[in-house]
Order: sequence, then C-alpha cells, then structure tokens
Amino acid sequence: MIDRRGFLALGIASGLSSVVAACGWDGGDGVRPLLLDVSRLNDWVGEKILFSSRRLAPQYDIAERSARLPSYFVSPEMPMLQNPAAWRLQVGGLVRQQLSLSIPDLQALPRTTYTVKHHCVEGWSAIATWHGVAVSVVAERAGLLPQAKYVRFDSFDSGYSNGWDLASAMHPQTILAYGMNDSILTPSHGAPLRLYSPTKLGYKMTKYLVSMTFTAERPGGYWEDLGYPWFGGV
Amino acid sequence: MTASPPPFPPSPPPPPPPVKRHHWIVRLTHWLTFVLLVGMIMSGLQIYAAYARFGERGGPYYAPNPFQDHAFSRTIRLGGWLAGGLNWHFTLMWPFVIGGLLYLCYLVASGEWRSLLFRPRDLKGAIAMQKYYLRLRREHPPQGKHNPLQKLAYSFIILLGVLSVLTGFAIYKPTQFSWLTALFGGFQAARYWHFWAVWIFTAFLIVHVILVFVVDPASLRAMITGWYRGRFPSHD
Repeated sequence: MIDRRGFLALGIASGLSSVVAACGWDGGDGVRPLLLDVSRLNDWVGEKILFSSRRLAPQYDIAERSARLPSYFVSPEMPMLQNPAAWRLQVGGLVRQQLSLSIPDLQALPRTTYTVKHHCVEGWSAIATWHGVAVSVVAERAGLLPQAKYVRFDSFDSGYSNGWDLASAMHPQTILAYGMNDSILTPSHGAPLRLYSPTKLGYKMTKYLVSMTFTAERPGGYWEDLGYPWFGGV
Repeated sequence: MTASPPPFPPSPPPPPPPVKRHHWIVRLTHWLTFVLLVGMIMSGLQIYAAYARFGERGGPYYAPNPFQDHAFSRTIRLGGWLAGGLNWHFTLMWPFVIGGLLYLCYLVASGEWRSLLFRPRDLKGAIAMQKYYLRLRREHPPQGKHNPLQKLAYSFIILLGVLSVLTGFAIYKPTQFSWLTALFGGFQAARYWHFWAVWIFTAFLIVHVILVFVVDPASLRAMITGWYRGRFPSHD
C-alpha cells in the first residue's frame, strides 16, 4: 500500500511542478525575491572568491576570429552621434581630476590589443580582436579617491548603463575600446567608444559610452535592474 | 478420476524479516536530488531557449543535437524568461551541489562506497545478471546490497552528476576556470556536454522508475522509510 501511496505522492509532486511551470513561473512575489537574494550571494562569490584581478582570459590567434559577432542596442534605432567631433568621454565622480577625453586623446594613451572570446548570457560565443585603452590607465590619469568602490558606465543608447565593481574595471583586460578587428569601431558595435572585457558577459559591456563615473554606492544597470545577475562575470 | 488435489496447499515461505537498507542521509539526498534535478533541468531548458544550438557564431554546430533550434514547451520551462531561468538555475545549484557532496561524504565515511562502486571484478557478475534479466539464466545470481548492474548504473549516474556540475562550472566562469573549460573542449563543447547530461539523466530516471516498479517495488518503500522487506535480500 505504501508503495502505491508513495507513487501517488510522487505523481502529485510532479503534477504540481508542471502546473507551477506551466505559467513560466519566475517565482512570483513569494519566491522571486529569494532568487534575487541568492543572485546577490552569487555576485559576492563571483566577485570575492572566483574573480582574480591577475588571471587573464585566454587569447586566440586572429585566424580564429568568428565570421560574425552579433550586436544589440536597446534604442528603437541604432544610436548614432549627430556630431561625432564634439563627442567626449566624461570621467568623473570620486576622482581628483575630472577628465573630458576625445577619441584622439584616448588613442594617444597606451594601447591594449587582444583577441578573445566573447561570452553572451544567451549562450553564444564569438572570437574578435579589440583595440583600446585600459580603464585602469584612464583611472590613474584621473586619480581615484579611496572612497571609489564602483564604476558606472553611461551611454547615449536610451539610458543603457552598467554598474561595475572596481576590481573588474581595473582588470588589465578591461578596456575602453575604439577599435575592433583592426578597424575603427562601427556604430553597430558601439561607436565611438565601448567598454570591453573578456571577464564579463556581453551585457555588462556598455556600448555608445558617454561617461565613466566612480562611485561609493553600487550602481544598477539596464538588464541588472530587470533581474539579470549584477556581477555578470565569466 | 485423476489425481486428487493435495490435502494441504503448500505453506507460503515466511516473509523475510525487514532489513535496514538506507541511512537517512541517503534517503534525504536521494529525494532532494530528484526534486532539484527536475528544477535544474526545467530552468536549464529555459536558458537553452535563448540560444538553442552549440558552436561558435558563424562556425559549424555540434552534432548530433536533435533539439537544435527546438523551442521546448513553456510547460517544462522554469523561470518565464532568460533572467528568470538563470536565477532559478543559479539558486537550485547550491542545494544540488551541497546535497551531492553530503551524499558523497556519507558514502566515503560509512564505507558504503564499497557496495556501490562498480569495479572491474564486478564485470563477471554483471554478465551473469544480464543473462538472468534476458532469461538465459534461471537463478537470480547471489548479490550484496546491489547487484553488479545496479552498481554499474549507480556509479555511472554519480559520475554523470559530477560531470554535469563540472561542465556547469566551465560554462558559468569560462574565463576564471579557463583550464576546466579547455578540458571539456571549450565553452561551446562544455555547453554541449552539459546539455547531453540532461538527456542521460532523463533516460536514467525513466529506466530507474520502471525497474523499481517492475522488478522490486519494495525498494521504493525502502528509499522512503529506510526498511526493506522485499525479495532480494542481501547475501552479504
């Protein structure tokens, strides 16, 4: 008898889980906050335990570049500057010296070039070469104040932004990229300047940059505020 | 008239005394793993929906994959959208891994791994057992707590659990664990094996449940209460 009862209980349990799933359940008001709490725990583990500021992402030969690297923006149409010559990257927040940098200014700084694998949260990956200046180099010019713990990157793509932990931003492979695959960055990939790092998922790499702001409080972000993992490290 | 019936029906054999079969840690982690695995698979199918194939962009895709570009029914997906699926997957992974480690620690500490781990010397017994199942052999071969085929199946499924966690790490942090990701043949290959683990788990689950009900229903009670009173007593 107990076997039959056990079987029945099993049937009910699996039936329940199907019903629950049938609504594409994100946890509802009861469970979703718990899932987001665990996501914050995972951010902490990812940032404090798994991430290393010295560990470099593997690099690839340029012959291994992918034929295609998809790109996204959140605006209805591809964001384009009306007057590219007037564009400047504003570096501010908890710094000694605010900076306003043009593309030639950035290109005059020490250049970082690497060929790495891009990991999208959706599960696809693609290899490309990126050219830019390390965020740490620009931060050094601006002079970080000790209170700076995070960085906020803003764009001209309908308010798309990302918040980063300082250690990931200062990683030697985290760059402000003005070039891709030996050419100037194209509008579809975030021209004139985008954030790039092989230590993060694609959605953390702000395109169409306008400013880089060092903060003491943890900044949110476009997808992060909608429920995607905040740390987004790979 | 032919032969008259015997005066007494043959007396049934006395029921075997119940034996303690499963420690509470085994029972707890067994059912916990079952529920969590269902949740991991369902949220995993939600994640898969975002990019339903394996291989670098623009490159060839890994084969075989009968589910390439397949949209799984919403009924068997958990999370509602990609972020929801990720958050379920990355929450359930904690109790899944902790439960698995607890079970493995129990196996080692109790010495029970000896009756579970399939070793080369079990091969002969496994063939005898297979013959019995194929009705090429009348007598059930003597066995310990598990017969050699069970040992093979359970050793394999534990290994599959370990591999699914390791391929999971390889996909979760392909830069921080780049050595592990490389070990599985790269990010897309690790995704591919992680996905295949789902179907091997599913096939195991179906066969496992069928065998419980067809061969030894008493083992279900043993996995709930801990006590076994079925027809396959241990010969230890």
